[in-house]
Amino acid sequence: MEIFIPNKEQSGCGLSGIINRKGELIKGEVIIESICCQMERGNGLGAGYAAYGIYPEFAEYYCLHVMADTKQALKDVEEILAHKCYLVHQERIPTRATPGIVSPPRFWRYFVKPRYEGELREICEGTVDEDDYMVELVMFINKNISGAYVISSGRNMGAFKGVGFPDQIANFFRLEEYSAYIWTAHNRFPTNTPGWWGGAHPFTILDWSIVHNGEISSYGTNRRYLEMFGYHCTLLTDTEVVAYLLDLLIRRHGLPLELACMALAPPFWQEIDRMEEPDKSVCTAIRVVYGAAMLNGPFAILFAYNGGLVGLNDRVKLRPLVAAKKGDFYYMASEEAAIRAICPDPEEVWCPKAGEPVIVELEPNTIPNQRSYLRGEALRISAPICRFPSAEEDEEEE
Amino acid sequence: MAFEIDAKDLHYRELNKLIRKAIAEGHKHLVLKNVNGQRYIAAGVSAEVDIDIYGVPGLDLGAFMRGPRIRVHGNTQDGAGNTMDDGKIIVEGMAGDVVGYAMRGGKIFVASDVGYRVGIHMKAYMDKVPVIVIGGKAGDFLGEYMAGGVIILLGMYSRYPERPIAGIFLGTGMHGGVIYVREGVPETQLGAALQIEDLDEEDEKVLRKHLEEYCQDLGYNLEEILATKFVKIRPQTHRPYGKLYAY
Repeated sequence: MEIFIPNKEQSGCGLSGIINRKGELIKGEVIIESICCQMERGNGLGAGYAAYGIYPEFAEYYCLHVMADTKQALKDVEEILAHKCYLVHQERIPTRATPGIVSPPRFWRYFVKPRYEGELREICEGTVDEDDYMVELVMFINKNISGAYVISSGRNMGAFKGVGFPDQIANFFRLEEYSAYIWTAHNRFPTNTPGWWGGAHPFTILDWSIVHNGEISSYGTNRRYLEMFGYHCTLLTDTEVVAYLLDLLIRRHGLPLELACMALAPPFWQEIDRMEEPDKSVCTAIRVVYGAAMLNGPFAILFAYNGGLVGLNDRVKLRPLVAAKKGDFYYMASEEAAIRAICPDPEEVWCPKAGEPVIVELEPNTIPNQRSYLRGEALRISAPICRFPSAEEDEEEE
Repeated sequence: MAFEIDAKDLHYRELNKLIRKAIAEGHKHLVLKNVNGQRYIAAGVSAEVDIDIYGVPGLDLGAFMRGPRIRVHGNTQDGAGNTMDDGKIIVEGMAGDVVGYAMRGGKIFVASDVGYRVGIHMKAYMDKVPVIVIGGKAGDFLGEYMAGGVIILLGMYSRYPERPIAGIFLGTGMHGGVIYVREGVPETQLGAALQIEDLDEEDEKVLRKHLEEYCQDLGYNLEEILATKFVKIRPQTHRPYGKLYAY
């Protein structure tokens, strides 16, 4: 895959995300229109999308989207999958020739289950958790197979990304043929890291996907921290660490979503000094324990999982983020115009505070394998208003 | 009569070409319909003209402009009034981050809230005194590095009841100009080397003058706004870091 080194001309990436809380499917055209409204925010060196709910017929299987330079690389991946997984279905990801998209790699998808039960238990001895097993497998492929990368690995979701403008990438992957209950999209303007197919956003692991505007100056620290837990960064772009941090903090360590967001964008010590107990102890503990997970530098991120969409800014808001809602639809984007392009009359539009996550989860029992990471009542430390379902809503439902 | 431009699906370059052409042809009142995200509207325009904008204008609305009076019938995005020299921007909704960045003249009136770093590095010279009036609340870093001009923060017409009137680091690095805040602001929100004072007679005059115009433009009640005390924030010295490297 060709790697383009960017010049230092600065702009900002563009983000957009949509979720329907009732799990209603949203057509690909919608997210494409929204991200293309922010065309000026990218420079053609990367665009991508994450879509949730697109493989209902294989909802129980992990779907690996694999990007490969050569036939051989693809064969190597298939060989590993054949040994380590139950492979129920595989196919080429449909693409079409698109003007402006030059020498794309090969894209295939594989629907698999970890193969650790029955007589083949010994293959992955010691593994007790399917998700952990899949993370290990993805890391192994990305690290060891030259020229092949797993670009998404969740159930009933997938990432589509590459070098081009967002309209070109959408056309290339025929995204108008997909419908999803969560979409995120990215328009890239690489500044410090190369523009290449693997470096386009979203970055993913399992069903976590993240798109990012900004730069993570703590990349080195974060990366070394993640290596201690078996995550290996292979995609040459700072944003990759965020995907793995989410998996580590939220899925493996079991932090409530809001505390994980606090670890990524913690309050300043001077703010903590002014807090009352128990908030003060909670924030102090998070900063002390997860110092190496803190993201330094400017960022606005949108991340999603099978069950929710979250927007988060760095703690001094060095990148833009706007949120809006209408009925069961929630929108987040770099610019209000990107929301108005697909929802001209939102009921509410607001600008989240620095470091304050906007969390929107699906209603309970909406989709198969749904995950919820709210884990209890709202903390009210950093996110007093931006949580759906809110505490009040929970009470109503009870 | 107003000259109307339908901005739907127009790229900002085309839209700005049409605006400049209309102004060159002598139109004094432009109405832009269906604006959505087009950047740099009226940027660098040097003319006496009224521009009404329907929709959400994109980044850097009115950047570097000298003279136009822009009214946004809704919200505006980041960077409105970037380095503007003269004229006025009236926003009937909220405005984004870095509004009035390095502004050196003219006025920006926002009906509701503004984002982060508003009025960063504003400056004044002789009779050119930029003014920003904010009806709602402001994010962090309001008036950061401010070198001159006036910011008036009301905190009255906000959609964020739970937020403080101004975020933290207010006036960090400020070394000129003045920020008036209705009802006052906790000292914890302030940057270093600033002082909070009561208004003197001269201040009262300045405040009333700007707020009169603000209320006229946005239909607010002046007496209601002035019914509560304001405080004044200004730097302790015009060279707060003058001795930083002198030892």
